[in-house]
Amino acid sequence: MLKDITLGQYFPGNTVIHRLDPRTKLIAVLLYIVALFQAKGWVGYAAVLLASLGCMALSKLKPKVIFKGLKPMIFIIALTALLNIFYTDGTPIIPGWIITWEGIARAVQMVLRIVLLICGTFLLTYTTSPIALTDGLELLMSPLKVIKVPVHEMTIMMSMALRFIPTLIEETDKIMSAQKARGADFETGSLVSRAKALLPILVPLFVSAFRRADELAIAMESRCYHGGEGRTRMKQMKFAGIDYAALAVSALFLAGIIVLRKFGL
Amino acid sequence: MSEIRVEDLSHVYSAGTPFEKAAIEHINITIPQGQLVGLIGHTGSGKSTFIQHLNGLLAPSSGKIFVDGKDINTDKYTRRDVKWQVGLVFQYPEYQLFEETVYKDIAFGPKNMKLSEAEVDERVREAAGFVGVDEELFEKSPLELSGGQKRRIAIAGVIAMRPGVLILDEPTAGLDPAGCRQILDNICAYREKTGSTVIIVSHNMDDAARLADRIVVFDHGSIVMDGTPEQVFSKPEELSAIGLSIPHAAAIAVALRKRGVQLEGSIYTHEQLKAAVIRAKEAGKC
Repeated sequence: MLKDITLGQYFPGNTVIHRLDPRTKLIAVLLYIVALFQAKGWVGYAAVLLASLGCMALSKLKPKVIFKGLKPMIFIIALTALLNIFYTDGTPIIPGWIITWEGIARAVQMVLRIVLLICGTFLLTYTTSPIALTDGLELLMSPLKVIKVPVHEMTIMMSMALRFIPTLIEETDKIMSAQKARGADFETGSLVSRAKALLPILVPLFVSAFRRADELAIAMESRCYHGGEGRTRMKQMKFAGIDYAALAVSALFLAGIIVLRKFGL
Repeated sequence: MSEIRVEDLSHVYSAGTPFEKAAIEHINITIPQGQLVGLIGHTGSGKSTFIQHLNGLLAPSSGKIFVDGKDINTDKYTRRDVKWQVGLVFQYPEYQLFEETVYKDIAFGPKNMKLSEAEVDERVREAAGFVGVDEELFEKSPLELSGGQKRRIAIAGVIAMRPGVLILDEPTAGLDPAGCRQILDNICAYREKTGSTVIIVSHNMDDAARLADRIVVFDHGSIVMDGTPEQVFSKPEELSAIGLSIPHAAAIAVALRKRGVQLEGSIYTHEQLKAAVIRAKEAGKC
């Protein structure tokens, strides 16, 4: 059950998208998101949709995997659609009705926007290993060190958090199984009794999370970790031709969307 | 009372993703009541996946499991009730302790069975007795006890449900030799008193040889050997081919025979080795 959570999950592969420098992917996703919010008319939306479908095809991820990631967001998506359908002024579909043509159009655009936003970011985390991702982030943000932003500390915390998500999920799974083996019931009963049923999971989980944090700190210290200063990397990140090409395409794409917006498309 | 029959059991993890992996394939086995089975195999051979099917924690991808002739996966109620019948103690069970006191933690299982207060009390005391946990400890927090004590309390938590089948995944992992011996002795005493079936997953060949009536060897998700300790440990080549060893006593016997010492009978425990060496000595064969 918990294995279905796809947050921060990485699917290894060797496609063009996988091979791109993480910095390129981060910038491209940023440009993509800006473009998504610049899209105004149907032509603009269609362009963004095509672009993201293209990238998904290039990454060779199964569509099923991407849709699975959308599942937890269904409620928000549905709510947005409903609100837009009912609260947009315009010409009613049938005279006297509250539902308007404009409302439906807006609902479709909004849903498209959210879905594409999620898909775009998933594409990033699915095709980039968490370590590469945080390394890329650290390098991209390194100029901020000048104004005393603790970039290294932030990114190392992030990579640790990402690193421990699967571990904690696995641990939760194990503890849940163990308590189920003693007859714990997490699925039936009132809300209160179900919340109480979580206690046998949460207590051991917290105990072990603190234990793990302690052990990690000791392990890091005994390997002489002392912060980011003067640290070098095993894998030096270098932009290749393909990265420049990808960045150029992304920038052109954003420019194109902005031009379309000027024409109201 | 509690016979387990497994028919053509297979389980696939993460079906439909790039991580798809068949953990166990086409397992067929019958474990009669009262048997003590040692389940051995190296890490990732499918032992843990297999035992989680026996009490309905995992649902099979295909195949059936019968406990006392009843299919345990017919609906969610049978799958829940089988947990009282087949008690499963996970690896490092001390990490599941959560209650404020030892007593409450052992009582968690019986309470989930909706037993009366008096019945729960009786079972907690009985289970604590089986694993040698003093009643003085009942009001202590389980978190302040030693590793071995915690482990025994966790095992008591499962025994308190009075399962007809007790399954333990590496019950001695990470304990000192005295702690190991004590836990294994507790388990044997429990089995003798109640006549339960016991399945022990172990890496330790010496323990498996000493305790089990039957040894089942897993490799790559299938059962590759199944027989008495005598049968299984008489094939050291086959075992080492899949990355397992034979018990120390058996290895010493093989080495002695190679050097011309004529030892009689099959040897896989320290007691047998000792007896055989003394006999050989008395007969003047070495």
